[in-house]
Amino acid sequence: MLHIVNKSPYERNTLESCLRLARKGSKVLLIEDAVTAAVRGGDFAAKLGAAMELMEIYALVPDLAARGLKDRVLPGVRLVDYGGFVDLAAENKPVQSWL
Amino acid sequence: MTDFEDYGDIPAKRFMFVNRKAPYGTVYALEGLEVVLISAAFDQDVCIAFMDDGVFQLVKGQETQTVGMKNFSPTFRALEGYDIEKLYVERESLALRGLSEADLLVPVQVMDSAELGALMAEQDVVISF
Amino acid sequence: MKFGLMINEGPYTHQASDSAYQFALAALAKGHEIERVFFYHDGVNNATKLTEPPQDDRHIVNRWSKLGADHGIDLVVCVAAALRRGIREENLAKGFRISGLGQLVESGMQADRLLVFGD
Repeated sequence: MLHIVNKSPYERNTLESCLRLARKGSKVLLIEDAVTAAVRGGDFAAKLGAAMELMEIYALVPDLAARGLKDRVLPGVRLVDYGGFVDLAAENKPVQSWL
Repeated sequence: MTDFEDYGDIPAKRFMFVNRKAPYGTVYALEGLEVVLISAAFDQDVCIAFMDDGVFQLVKGQETQTVGMKNFSPTFRALEGYDIEKLYVERESLALRGLSEADLLVPVQVMDSAELGALMAEQDVVISF
Repeated sequence: MKFGLMINEGPYTHQASDSAYQFALAALAKGHEIERVFFYHDGVNNATKLTEPPQDDRHIVNRWSKLGADHGIDLVVCVAAALRRGIREENLAKGFRISGLGQLVESGMQADRLLVFGD
Protein backbone atom coordinates (compact mmCIF):
# COMPACT_ATOMS: atom_id res chain seq x y z
CA MET A 1 0.00 0.00 0.00
CA LEU A 2 1.09 3.58 -0.68
CA HIS A 3 0.74 6.30 1.94
CA ILE A 4 1.02 9.90 0.76
CA VAL A 5 1.80 12.62 3.28
CA ASN A 6 1.75 16.31 2.37
CA LYS A 7 2.13 18.15 5.67
CA SER A 8 5.25 19.12 7.60
CA PRO A 9 5.60 16.98 10.75
CA TYR A 10 6.70 20.16 12.49
CA GLU A 11 3.22 21.58 11.95
CA ARG A 12 0.80 18.63 11.95
CA ASN A 13 0.60 15.06 13.21
CA THR A 14 -0.18 13.61 9.78
CA LEU A 15 3.15 11.86 9.26
CA GLU A 16 3.14 10.46 12.80
CA SER A 17 -0.36 9.08 12.30
CA CYS A 18 0.69 7.59 8.99
CA LEU A 19 3.75 5.89 10.49
CA ARG A 20 1.64 4.60 13.42
CA LEU A 21 -0.74 2.81 11.05
CA ALA A 22 1.49 1.91 8.11
CA ARG A 23 2.35 -1.76 8.03
CA LYS A 24 5.71 -3.34 7.38
CA GLY A 25 6.49 -3.25 3.67
CA SER A 26 4.34 -0.17 3.03
CA LYS A 27 5.58 2.72 0.97
CA VAL A 28 5.41 6.28 2.24
CA LEU A 29 5.71 9.19 -0.17
CA LEU A 30 6.44 12.68 1.15
CA ILE A 31 5.12 15.49 -1.05
CA GLU A 32 4.51 19.23 -0.69
CA ASP A 33 5.43 20.46 2.84
CA ALA A 34 5.98 16.90 4.07
CA VAL A 35 9.36 16.82 2.34
CA THR A 36 10.62 18.87 5.30
CA ALA A 37 10.51 15.64 7.31
CA ALA A 38 13.31 14.24 5.17
CA VAL A 39 15.85 16.96 5.96
CA ARG A 40 18.89 15.37 7.60
CA GLY A 41 19.73 16.69 11.04
CA GLY A 42 16.11 17.65 11.56
CA ASP A 43 14.29 16.43 14.65
CA PHE A 44 12.08 14.17 12.58
CA ALA A 45 14.94 12.53 10.69
CA ALA A 46 15.52 10.02 13.53
CA LYS A 47 11.88 8.91 13.42
CA LEU A 48 12.08 8.59 9.68
CA GLY A 49 15.30 6.59 10.03
CA ALA A 50 13.52 4.13 12.35
CA ALA A 51 10.58 3.87 9.95
CA MET A 52 12.95 3.05 7.10
CA GLU A 53 13.79 -0.25 8.78
CA LEU A 54 10.21 -1.36 8.13
CA MET A 55 9.08 0.50 5.03
CA GLU A 56 10.31 2.44 2.04
CA ILE A 57 10.31 6.21 2.39
CA TYR A 58 10.16 8.34 -0.77
CA ALA A 59 10.32 12.10 -1.24
CA LEU A 60 9.20 14.11 -4.26
CA VAL A 61 12.22 15.92 -5.74
CA PRO A 62 10.31 18.84 -7.31
CA ASP A 63 8.91 19.70 -3.86
CA LEU A 64 12.35 19.39 -2.26
CA ALA A 65 13.88 21.54 -5.00
CA ALA A 66 11.20 24.21 -4.71
CA ARG A 67 12.01 24.55 -1.02
CA GLY A 68 15.79 24.55 -1.43
CA LEU A 69 16.09 21.17 0.28
CA LYS A 70 17.21 18.94 -2.58
CA ASP A 71 20.73 18.46 -1.23
CA ARG A 72 19.77 18.09 2.42
CA VAL A 73 17.96 14.78 2.29
CA LEU A 74 18.48 12.08 4.90
CA PRO A 75 20.35 9.10 3.36
CA GLY A 76 18.03 6.18 2.68
CA VAL A 77 15.14 8.36 1.53
CA ARG A 78 14.39 7.45 -2.08
CA LEU A 79 13.97 10.35 -4.46
CA VAL A 80 11.28 10.39 -7.16
CA ASP A 81 9.93 12.89 -9.67
CA TYR A 82 6.25 13.09 -10.70
CA GLY A 83 6.80 10.14 -13.02
CA GLY A 84 8.05 8.13 -10.04
CA PHE A 85 5.00 9.29 -8.07
CA VAL A 86 2.79 7.91 -10.86
CA ASP A 87 4.68 4.59 -10.81
CA LEU A 88 4.28 4.29 -7.04
CA ALA A 89 0.55 4.93 -7.34
CA ALA A 90 0.22 2.44 -10.18
CA GLU A 91 2.20 -0.30 -8.45
CA ASN A 92 0.64 -0.07 -5.00
CA LYS A 93 -2.90 -0.52 -3.76
CA PRO A 94 -4.63 1.05 -2.01
CA VAL A 95 -3.39 4.63 -1.93
CA GLN A 96 -4.17 6.71 1.13
CA SER A 97 -3.56 10.45 1.19
CA TRP A 98 -3.15 11.53 4.79
CA LEU A 99 -5.00 14.84 4.74
CA MET B 1 -28.25 14.17 -8.20
CA THR B 2 -26.85 10.67 -8.24
CA ASP B 3 -26.68 8.83 -11.53
CA PHE B 4 -28.51 5.59 -10.97
CA GLU B 5 -26.87 3.70 -13.76
CA ASP B 6 -26.46 -0.03 -13.84
CA TYR B 7 -23.17 -0.99 -12.23
CA GLY B 8 -24.06 -4.65 -12.17
CA ASP B 9 -21.00 -5.67 -14.15
CA ILE B 10 -18.56 -4.06 -11.71
CA PRO B 11 -17.85 -6.08 -8.58
CA ALA B 12 -18.28 -4.14 -5.32
CA LYS B 13 -15.16 -2.49 -4.05
CA ARG B 14 -13.99 -2.00 -0.48
CA PHE B 15 -14.17 1.70 0.41
CA MET B 16 -12.75 3.16 3.60
CA PHE B 17 -13.50 6.74 4.59
CA VAL B 18 -10.94 8.05 7.04
CA ASN B 19 -12.02 10.87 9.36
CA ARG B 20 -9.16 12.65 11.08
CA LYS B 21 -10.61 16.08 11.78
CA ALA B 22 -12.79 17.52 14.52
CA PRO B 23 -16.26 18.77 13.55
CA TYR B 24 -17.29 22.46 13.10
CA GLY B 25 -13.79 24.01 12.99
CA THR B 26 -13.59 22.97 9.33
CA VAL B 27 -16.17 21.57 6.92
CA TYR B 28 -14.33 18.29 6.26
CA ALA B 29 -16.30 16.23 8.78
CA LEU B 30 -19.68 17.39 7.47
CA GLU B 31 -18.89 17.12 3.77
CA GLY B 32 -17.11 13.82 4.41
CA LEU B 33 -20.30 12.45 5.95
CA GLU B 34 -22.20 13.54 2.83
CA VAL B 35 -19.90 11.36 0.72
CA VAL B 36 -20.46 8.42 3.06
CA LEU B 37 -24.24 8.79 2.74
CA ILE B 38 -24.09 8.91 -1.06
CA SER B 39 -21.81 5.88 -1.19
CA ALA B 40 -24.61 3.84 0.38
CA ALA B 41 -26.57 4.11 -2.88
CA PHE B 42 -23.87 2.25 -4.80
CA ASP B 43 -23.88 -1.06 -2.92
CA GLN B 44 -20.18 -0.98 -2.19
CA ASP B 45 -18.46 -2.48 0.83
CA VAL B 46 -18.13 0.68 2.94
CA CYS B 47 -16.47 1.29 6.28
CA ILE B 48 -15.59 4.46 8.18
CA ALA B 49 -12.51 4.94 10.31
CA PHE B 50 -12.26 7.61 13.00
CA MET B 51 -8.83 8.51 14.25
CA ASP B 52 -6.88 11.51 15.53
CA ASP B 53 -9.27 14.46 16.00
CA GLY B 54 -11.86 12.59 13.91
CA VAL B 55 -12.94 10.79 17.09
CA PHE B 56 -14.42 14.11 18.29
CA GLN B 57 -17.06 13.79 15.55
CA LEU B 58 -18.67 10.96 17.53
CA VAL B 59 -18.75 12.57 20.97
CA LYS B 60 -22.21 12.59 22.62
CA GLY B 61 -23.99 15.78 23.57
CA GLN B 62 -22.97 18.13 20.77
CA GLU B 63 -24.92 21.40 21.07
CA THR B 64 -24.39 23.81 18.21
CA GLN B 65 -27.14 26.40 18.75
CA THR B 66 -24.79 29.02 20.13
CA VAL B 67 -22.26 28.71 17.29
CA GLY B 68 -25.11 28.96 14.81
CA MET B 69 -24.13 25.82 12.92
CA LYS B 70 -26.11 22.69 12.14
CA ASN B 71 -25.52 19.78 14.49
CA PHE B 72 -24.93 16.90 12.10
CA SER B 73 -23.93 14.34 14.71
CA PRO B 74 -27.40 12.67 14.79
CA THR B 75 -26.71 11.58 11.21
CA PHE B 76 -24.15 9.10 12.52
CA ARG B 77 -27.01 7.32 14.30
CA ALA B 78 -28.86 7.09 10.98
CA LEU B 79 -26.00 5.34 9.16
CA GLU B 80 -27.29 1.94 10.24
CA GLY B 81 -30.40 2.60 8.17
CA TYR B 82 -28.17 3.03 5.16
CA ASP B 83 -26.53 -0.34 5.87
CA ILE B 84 -23.32 1.39 6.87
CA GLU B 85 -22.49 -0.49 10.02
CA LYS B 86 -18.71 -0.72 10.03
CA LEU B 87 -17.51 2.17 12.17
CA TYR B 88 -13.96 1.76 13.42
CA VAL B 89 -12.32 3.94 16.03
CA GLU B 90 -8.62 3.92 16.83
CA ARG B 91 -8.03 3.17 20.51
CA GLU B 92 -4.87 5.29 20.78
CA SER B 93 -6.63 8.38 19.42
CA LEU B 94 -9.45 8.05 21.98
CA ALA B 95 -7.09 7.54 24.92
CA LEU B 96 -4.86 10.44 23.94
CA ARG B 97 -7.88 12.76 23.94
CA GLY B 98 -9.30 11.67 27.29
CA LEU B 99 -12.20 9.83 25.69
CA SER B 100 -13.56 6.32 25.95
CA GLU B 101 -16.07 4.25 24.01
CA ALA B 102 -18.80 5.29 26.51
CA ASP B 103 -18.45 8.91 25.34
CA LEU B 104 -19.48 8.06 21.78
CA LEU B 105 -22.98 8.46 20.35
CA VAL B 106 -23.04 5.30 18.25
CA PRO B 107 -21.82 1.74 18.70
CA VAL B 108 -18.36 1.39 17.17
CA GLN B 109 -15.61 -1.14 16.98
CA VAL B 110 -12.57 0.13 18.85
CA MET B 111 -9.28 -1.24 17.57
CA ASP B 112 -5.61 -0.48 17.95
CA SER B 113 -3.43 1.20 15.33
CA ALA B 114 -2.03 -2.05 13.99
CA GLU B 115 -5.49 -3.54 13.43
CA LEU B 116 -6.78 -0.39 11.78
CA GLY B 117 -3.64 -0.18 9.63
CA ALA B 118 -4.15 -3.77 8.52
CA LEU B 119 -7.78 -3.07 7.60
CA MET B 120 -6.76 0.02 5.66
CA ALA B 121 -4.26 -1.98 3.65
CA GLU B 122 -7.04 -4.38 2.59
CA GLN B 123 -9.17 -1.68 0.95
CA ASP B 124 -9.57 -0.86 -2.73
CA VAL B 125 -10.28 2.82 -2.23
CA VAL B 126 -9.33 4.99 0.75
CA ILE B 127 -10.64 8.54 0.97
CA SER B 128 -9.43 10.74 3.79
CA PHE B 129 -11.19 13.82 5.08
CA MET C 1 -4.07 2.23 -15.95
CA LYS C 2 -7.09 4.40 -15.19
CA PHE C 3 -6.64 7.06 -12.52
CA GLY C 4 -9.35 9.08 -10.82
CA LEU C 5 -8.30 12.24 -9.00
CA MET C 6 -10.05 14.16 -6.25
CA ILE C 7 -9.11 17.75 -5.45
CA ASN C 8 -10.28 19.13 -2.13
CA GLU C 9 -8.77 22.60 -1.96
CA GLY C 10 -9.09 25.76 -3.97
CA PRO C 11 -6.37 27.08 -6.28
CA TYR C 12 -3.44 29.21 -5.13
CA THR C 13 -4.03 28.87 -1.36
CA HIS C 14 -3.02 25.21 -1.26
CA GLN C 15 -0.67 23.22 -3.47
CA ALA C 16 -3.25 20.43 -3.89
CA SER C 17 -4.48 21.49 -7.32
CA ASP C 18 -0.89 22.02 -8.56
CA SER C 19 0.24 18.62 -7.29
CA ALA C 20 -2.76 16.93 -8.89
CA TYR C 21 -2.06 18.70 -12.17
CA GLN C 22 1.61 17.68 -12.22
CA PHE C 23 0.59 14.13 -11.35
CA ALA C 24 -1.94 14.14 -14.20
CA LEU C 25 0.67 15.40 -16.69
CA ALA C 26 3.15 12.72 -15.65
CA ALA C 27 0.51 9.98 -15.73
CA LEU C 28 -0.62 10.98 -19.23
CA ALA C 29 3.01 11.12 -20.39
CA LYS C 30 3.37 7.52 -19.26
CA GLY C 31 0.34 6.46 -21.27
CA HIS C 32 -2.08 6.21 -18.36
CA GLU C 33 -5.61 7.55 -18.48
CA ILE C 34 -7.07 10.19 -16.16
CA GLU C 35 -10.73 9.26 -16.33
CA ARG C 36 -12.09 11.94 -14.04
CA VAL C 37 -11.05 14.79 -11.78
CA PHE C 38 -13.58 15.39 -9.03
CA PHE C 39 -13.57 18.76 -7.28
CA TYR C 40 -14.88 18.81 -3.70
CA HIS C 41 -14.85 21.04 -0.61
CA ASP C 42 -13.12 24.34 -1.55
CA GLY C 43 -11.74 22.46 -4.56
CA VAL C 44 -14.84 23.63 -6.43
CA ASN C 45 -13.13 27.03 -6.67
CA ASN C 46 -10.82 25.53 -9.30
CA ALA C 47 -13.77 25.73 -11.68
CA THR C 48 -14.70 29.40 -11.78
CA LYS C 49 -14.07 31.28 -14.98
CA LEU C 50 -13.85 34.53 -12.99
CA THR C 51 -10.33 33.56 -11.89
CA GLU C 52 -7.71 36.05 -13.03
CA PRO C 53 -4.20 35.49 -11.68
CA PRO C 54 -1.39 37.99 -12.32
CA GLN C 55 0.13 37.53 -15.79
CA ASP C 56 3.37 36.01 -14.53
CA ASP C 57 1.53 33.30 -12.56
CA ARG C 58 0.11 30.00 -13.75
CA HIS C 59 -3.60 30.00 -14.63
CA ILE C 60 -4.75 27.02 -12.64
CA VAL C 61 -8.34 27.06 -13.93
CA ASN C 62 -7.51 27.41 -17.63
CA ARG C 63 -4.80 24.80 -17.25
CA TRP C 64 -7.41 22.23 -16.11
CA SER C 65 -9.80 23.28 -18.89
CA LYS C 66 -7.10 22.74 -21.50
CA LEU C 67 -5.87 19.44 -20.07
CA GLY C 68 -9.46 18.23 -19.92
CA ALA C 69 -10.10 19.16 -23.55
CA ASP C 70 -6.78 17.76 -24.82
CA HIS C 71 -7.14 14.40 -23.11
CA GLY C 72 -10.87 13.91 -22.75
CA ILE C 73 -10.79 14.19 -18.96
CA ASP C 74 -14.13 14.50 -17.21
CA LEU C 75 -13.86 17.53 -14.90
CA VAL C 76 -16.65 17.21 -12.35
CA VAL C 77 -17.57 19.78 -9.72
CA CYS C 78 -19.69 18.60 -6.79
CA VAL C 79 -23.06 20.35 -6.95
CA ALA C 80 -23.68 20.64 -3.21
CA ALA C 81 -20.16 21.89 -2.48
CA ALA C 82 -20.35 24.27 -5.47
CA LEU C 83 -23.68 25.86 -4.57
CA ARG C 84 -22.48 26.42 -0.99
CA ARG C 85 -19.56 28.40 -2.40
CA GLY C 86 -21.26 30.33 -5.18
CA ILE C 87 -20.04 28.21 -8.08
CA ARG C 88 -22.84 27.64 -10.61
CA GLU C 89 -23.36 27.08 -14.33
CA GLU C 90 -23.12 30.84 -15.02
CA ASN C 91 -19.54 31.14 -13.79
CA LEU C 92 -18.29 27.67 -14.65
CA ALA C 93 -15.07 27.58 -16.70
CA LYS C 94 -14.88 25.66 -19.98
CA GLY C 95 -14.79 21.90 -19.80
CA PHE C 96 -16.07 21.59 -16.23
CA ARG C 97 -19.48 20.18 -15.41
CA ILE C 98 -21.53 20.23 -12.22
CA SER C 99 -22.84 16.92 -10.96
CA GLY C 100 -23.51 14.90 -7.85
CA LEU C 101 -21.27 13.27 -5.28
CA GLY C 102 -22.19 9.95 -6.81
CA GLN C 103 -19.66 10.78 -9.53
CA LEU C 104 -16.89 10.54 -6.93
CA VAL C 105 -18.02 7.14 -5.69
CA GLU C 106 -18.39 6.03 -9.31
CA SER C 107 -14.82 7.16 -10.00
CA GLY C 108 -13.65 5.05 -7.07
CA MET C 109 -15.49 2.08 -8.57
CA GLN C 110 -14.35 2.55 -12.15
CA ALA C 111 -10.77 3.79 -11.81
CA ASP C 112 -7.91 1.45 -10.96
CA ARG C 113 -6.73 4.03 -8.42
CA LEU C 114 -8.40 7.04 -6.85
CA LEU C 115 -5.94 9.64 -5.56
CA VAL C 116 -6.92 12.44 -3.23
CA PHE C 117 -5.18 15.82 -3.16
CA GLY C 118 -6.07 18.20 -0.35
CA ASP C 119 -4.93 20.13 2.67
